[in-house]
Amino acid sequence: MTKQLLSVQDLSIDFLTRRGRVQALEDVSFTVSEGEILGIVGESGSGKSVLSYSIMGLSDKAANIRSGSIDFRGVPLKPEKMADLRGREISMVFQSPRTALNPIRKVGHQIEDVLRRHTPLRGKVLKSAAIEALARVRIPDPERRYEAYPFEMSGGMCQRVMIAMALACKPALLICDEPTTGLDVTTQAVIMDLVRDLVAETKMAAILITHDLALAGEYCDRIAVMHAGHIVEVAQSRSFPNELKHPYTERLFAALPSAAANLSELAIIPGSLPDLRGALPPCRYIARCERAKEDCSLGPLPWTKIDSDHLVRCRYPK
Amino acid sequence: MNTLITILRRVLVAVPTIIGVVIVTFILQRALPGDPAVFYAGPSANPEVVARVREQLGLDQPVFMQFLDFIRRLTHGDLGLSISSGHPVLDDLLSRAPASIELTLAALLFAIVVGLPLGMLAALKPGTLVDHACRVIVTVGAAFPTFFVALILIFVFYYQLGIAPEPLGQLNEIYDTIPTTVTGFLLIDTLLAGDTATFQSVAMKLVLPMISLGLFALAPIARITRAAMLETLSSDYCRTARAMGLSYSRMVFSYALRNAMLPIISILGMVFSFLLGGSVLVEQVFAWPGIGAYAVSAVMASDYAAVQGFVLLMAVLYVLLNLVVDLVITAIDPRVRYEH
Repeated sequence: MTKQLLSVQDLSIDFLTRRGRVQALEDVSFTVSEGEILGIVGESGSGKSVLSYSIMGLSDKAANIRSGSIDFRGVPLKPEKMADLRGREISMVFQSPRTALNPIRKVGHQIEDVLRRHTPLRGKVLKSAAIEALARVRIPDPERRYEAYPFEMSGGMCQRVMIAMALACKPALLICDEPTTGLDVTTQAVIMDLVRDLVAETKMAAILITHDLALAGEYCDRIAVMHAGHIVEVAQSRSFPNELKHPYTERLFAALPSAAANLSELAIIPGSLPDLRGALPPCRYIARCERAKEDCSLGPLPWTKIDSDHLVRCRYPK
Repeated sequence: MNTLITILRRVLVAVPTIIGVVIVTFILQRALPGDPAVFYAGPSANPEVVARVREQLGLDQPVFMQFLDFIRRLTHGDLGLSISSGHPVLDDLLSRAPASIELTLAALLFAIVVGLPLGMLAALKPGTLVDHACRVIVTVGAAFPTFFVALILIFVFYYQLGIAPEPLGQLNEIYDTIPTTVTGFLLIDTLLAGDTATFQSVAMKLVLPMISLGLFALAPIARITRAAMLETLSSDYCRTARAMGLSYSRMVFSYALRNAMLPIISILGMVFSFLLGGSVLVEQVFAWPGIGAYAVSAVMASDYAAVQGFVLLMAVLYVLLNLVVDLVITAIDPRVRYEH
């Protein structure tokens, strides 16, 4: 049994805006263990990023944790302690690596900034640690790249620098928020292979946030599917796409385009995400669901256990 | 080496600007109403005298010949004689420029020292008291003309409260010892002479004109700083800095402020050129012995050579200033160094 690293329990987050309370997350629960890659997939607006930012303690000021807890190594994460953990124990890689790096600072110095913050390394040792971090993400000629500015490198190379920076202090958990969006497909594969290998080498855990189901299926051990601020299904990735139980997940996988199909043959999911302001039904998929029955709009939504590591949030799983 | 080429390129780009300014100054001056020969000959001169004066001044020559003559003398550093003061224009300008530059630099320094932290605080705490204070100061600073602010300041601090010295130039010629001219900048010269009493007096006299002029420059600096900081603080790289656990101060200074400095420095160049122009009015109010006051009286007296010299000096200052701005930005932003 691998050790559980991160545990999110019944997390509900609201955003207090001028136009009402947006219930961005409701009763979100999941765990991540050492050496595991958990994929969190969902369409835009489903709450994936809100979730990752609240784990990092980087949420907007308007975000309000209504209930639930986030435990790291069995201890609740406290906002005031987060600045020490960030970059050292929990790190994050963002999408659009070009803008995520400081455009007027040498990448080597940016990595040194992180190392200087969390380690006692200084001077020459610090520099060699930064170069070593660049080498670890397989950047060719790291001594020369140390002196480079982000604009002198390709998008894929910038993302490697970003990963090098995130891993410089050897964190226990790496959150990748759409790490390959905006990169071409070959670079995408190289970056994801790199993440997978680094996880395997270091027993680190990773959360991969993506809207790319194929990518999640290929690289993750388990996948959590999000819809409108709910996690609707959690399963081992080998269960995907054949043993899916939730109607949303099912249609999501049916909508994956295949090379043989015409554009007109693309399957779509009817309807759109519900407005997250105001009163919401227990099941937020109800308006789009073909299996919906009358009792779906009554009472709290249950978790249905398919087997030990496959949970579905639906009254009528397939 | 790369940097040296960049500098040389910027300097070369400035040359056509200077040539253009020389031509425009010359034409503009000839196009202005008023006959300097009549003025110079005096109110009681008869037409023969006026004609003789016109001949002496070379004004009877075709305009093109006048222009060639102007260029020829310019290359020897000769800006002509000022009709009204009787001195060579170059000497007049050089003896008066330090007072203006001292005032302008002091005003700019005041504006930066107040405006930059104000804009930063407003951006770091949007919607708070500091932010509102920033907005009020920016609006007031931009709304009131400098000479009006100057008059108010004199009224309050000199006339009513009596804590400011009299608004009559850079130093009191009766009480203060005039230091030997080394740099022409009184603050520096008094210190070089070791005369702290005079230094203090000069510094005190600088305060009110500096604030009047500086308030005007403070508005754009604070506004641009706030806007630029708001943008860089919400940037992806500042989010990265926070995600890596970097300290607040490092995030604000190394990541947000350094990137925000690029638009701020560009605006500083513009503000400085506004100040050079704006100082003309403040110099009048405070009887400041600078080139602004000199230029105003030269225009009144149709003193061609003096006005030409003044405009030319201003143009050269502007060009040098833009050069400095370009070079500072090149030093900060690596992306500019590689543009061709």
